[in-house]
Amino acid sequence: MPRVLGYADPLSVAPGEAIRFMVGTLDGPRRYRAEVVRLVCGDTGPGALKTVRLPTSIEGEHEGVPQPIDAGSYAIVEHPEAFGSLARFTLQAFIQPTRVPVRPAPSRQVIMGTWAEDRRAGFALILDEAGALALVVGTALVSTGAPLTARRWYHVAASVDLVAGTVTLRQTPLADHAPSLEQPVALTAPVRVAPPPAADFFLGAARRSVEEGRLRTTWHFNGKIDRPTLARRALAPEELQAAATARSTSVPFEDAIALWDLAADIAGDRLTDRSPNHLHGRTVNAPKRAVTGHNWDGGEMDWRRAPHQYGAIHFHDDDLYDARWRPSLTLTVPTDARSGVYALRLEAGGGPEFWVVFYVRPPRRAPRARVAFLASTATYLAYSNYRARMRPGPAELFIGALPTVDTTDLVLMHHPELGGSTYDTHSDGSGVCHVSRLRPIVNTRPTGRLWNLCLDLCLLDWLEAHEQPYDVITDDDLHREGLPLLDGYTVILTGCHPEYLSREMMDALAAYLGRGGRLMYMGGNGFYWRVSYPSAHPGMIEMRRAEDGTRAWVESVGEYYHSSTGEYGGLWRRQGRAPNALVGVGFVAQGFDRSSYYRRTPASRDARARFIFEGIEDDVLGDFGVAWGGAAGLELDGFNPSLGSPPWALVVASSEDHSNAFQLVNEEMNVSFAGADGQFSPAVRADMVFFEHPGGGAVFSTGSIAYVGSLGHERYNNNISRLTLNVLRRFLDPAPFVTP
Amino acid sequence: MFAIDPRRTDLALEFKRRPFGPHSPELQAVLNVLRGAVHCQNLLLVCTRPHAEWMLAEKQPGGLPPRLLADHVFTSLEDAEWHAFRVRWQAVTGQALPALDRA
Repeated sequence: MPRVLGYADPLSVAPGEAIRFMVGTLDGPRRYRAEVVRLVCGDTGPGALKTVRLPTSIEGEHEGVPQPIDAGSYAIVEHPEAFGSLARFTLQAFIQPTRVPVRPAPSRQVIMGTWAEDRRAGFALILDEAGALALVVGTALVSTGAPLTARRWYHVAASVDLVAGTVTLRQTPLADHAPSLEQPVALTAPVRVAPPPAADFFLGAARRSVEEGRLRTTWHFNGKIDRPTLARRALAPEELQAAATARSTSVPFEDAIALWDLAADIAGDRLTDRSPNHLHGRTVNAPKRAVTGHNWDGGEMDWRRAPHQYGAIHFHDDDLYDARWRPSLTLTVPTDARSGVYALRLEAGGGPEFWVVFYVRPPRRAPRARVAFLASTATYLAYSNYRARMRPGPAELFIGALPTVDTTDLVLMHHPELGGSTYDTHSDGSGVCHVSRLRPIVNTRPTGRLWNLCLDLCLLDWLEAHEQPYDVITDDDLHREGLPLLDGYTVILTGCHPEYLSREMMDALAAYLGRGGRLMYMGGNGFYWRVSYPSAHPGMIEMRRAEDGTRAWVESVGEYYHSSTGEYGGLWRRQGRAPNALVGVGFVAQGFDRSSYYRRTPASRDARARFIFEGIEDDVLGDFGVAWGGAAGLELDGFNPSLGSPPWALVVASSEDHSNAFQLVNEEMNVSFAGADGQFSPAVRADMVFFEHPGGGAVFSTGSIAYVGSLGHERYNNNISRLTLNVLRRFLDPAPFVTP
Repeated sequence: MFAIDPRRTDLALEFKRRPFGPHSPELQAVLNVLRGAVHCQNLLLVCTRPHAEWMLAEKQPGGLPPRLLADHVFTSLEDAEWHAFRVRWQAVTGQALPALDRA
């Protein structure tokens, strides 16, 4: 495994601008070597990896130290004076635990309190190691001894009277539509401890320590917390019972220390206190907001329309937004550096190299190339730190082969604090809907699985081989800058799998085509999921796997709307913007054991398509390639006018003879039916499509992720390379396209 | 439910000759059983030398790292697939596959 990791910020820089690299070593301090390279071709086979060294001031050996990551989300209220010397107080909340008890290593989970593990001081309402409601205060621990049930709502309360020396706990299951035999549990026990010292107040975690000025946390809560309150008197047992019966955690202002309203500021990281004390706080590591609360009745699905039913936050012990590593190296990109995909290549201790990928965009006020490669950085991020293949499950049934990883991927399983991808689930089984680039990412690199960036580099290698000048721009740039980023480029080339897009990105691409742009969609399963870029969390994307589609997990009911923007999550297809309307094709099937080929259609003889096939006599196209042996494979898109494919578009080639591993995706099957695999269903195919756009430009779509893996075959001398070059040259020709 | 007929070693030979599809419907049915059996879902390949060497590993529950099986190292993905097929065939049918090298 690598002995050094790192990440960059920002992701995309122009020549003359600075980029910081955060580097940390594994297994203790050690020297590491750093070198900046431009990536030309990925490791698609023996000797295929191509990089170009960029001499820089940071090249060379450096002293490295481990940099910790404090994973796990929580909220913190940094007003310690408000929480000190409390002799009488009451904690109340609604909770829905999702991991009770924590296994395999039993752990406490903090609902709320000031407990500091390093000081062995404070108080906290917790779930104990068995999953029962408990209160820890000073040296005392009181537990109901009755484990809660996962994914069930409870009213929980602890009334503490350190003058009288008593603690009363009460856990009350809330009735819902599932039958239950569970009963409320109440307990009063004596305690003899002094009032706790002043300390910060937490929801969902406890302080573990402060190391080198950085807070470390522990005992993270897994699940939802709703309407937490802290009162300045010890409520009587009958008052707790009445509160549970009334489904309330509130207390009068005169009794309140804090009445936190988690339905406020859902889009951001602010924690709002509705009491007169204004004990506001902030969330850390981006817990999931806009989640259903204890009182959600199913009548509204949009949190903005019923915020009082969305008064909860879902915390996870493995959430991570910002690793907060200290900068190790800073590079000012040379003013003469050409635009491209770059990486800081790190090596240490004889382990495999670690790649910190970043992008050098063209100078902001200088002539640009006529061609731009739009790096699918939103998609790369959605897949970042993908663990699912390394967890038990039936992956082979859809891959059609054994899942394969390398030793760099294994870092994830030894360092869970690095967080997961949007294909993974949290430790409590809920889906990961936030992913951030502010952490080491092990799988966006020119090596390893031939997927995303590693496969996209086949396209850059091909452009280089044909000496075609190009700029590299990113999804992140496009989201932020919109159409002006694209204006001026004659041709935009996508990567092989531009699957995740924000509304801003979709709008910009549509506007680019509306103004005569030419778009070459060089992949499959593109323009599929909606993502948003939360303004409160730069470097992070949010997505919700709502309603339909090929989903690694299924979004919780009632939680389909993004917290950061209020947008309805899920497939663009389900939002009136199927990819077919933009690029003529949309996702229909996937399989991962062997790729196939295209066969020309009669429409390829149409005069409008003549330029595509100049110099090509073959009927069979792309029966070769590094992406599992063919140009048509992995994920496939089909032409479908009912979803918006332009009726005048030409399907110039279609793939055939896909393996049994290729199955129609579920959104193509309203009713499950047999014969939906590549050996039986004619719908399992990639359609290669060309159409003139009413704006005066045109679109060419390959409809297959594997396509770019065929470009370099036989030293770029093959029918896929020729066909693609024909399209690119015509698209660079300023002569307008005219719709038929 | 479909059950594998352990006498159908011809299907095993078909897989050995072409471990990556397309497969005949009969072989696909066998693969569905072998790959879908709960006790057969834990295998993983870890590439230890790019394009040259893969080590078998067993995925672990609870987010734990895979257990590397250092005595099962392969120099081709085809060999690894065939090994997994044979192990699972025996686990599911209770019968070891005979040598098929000369079949």
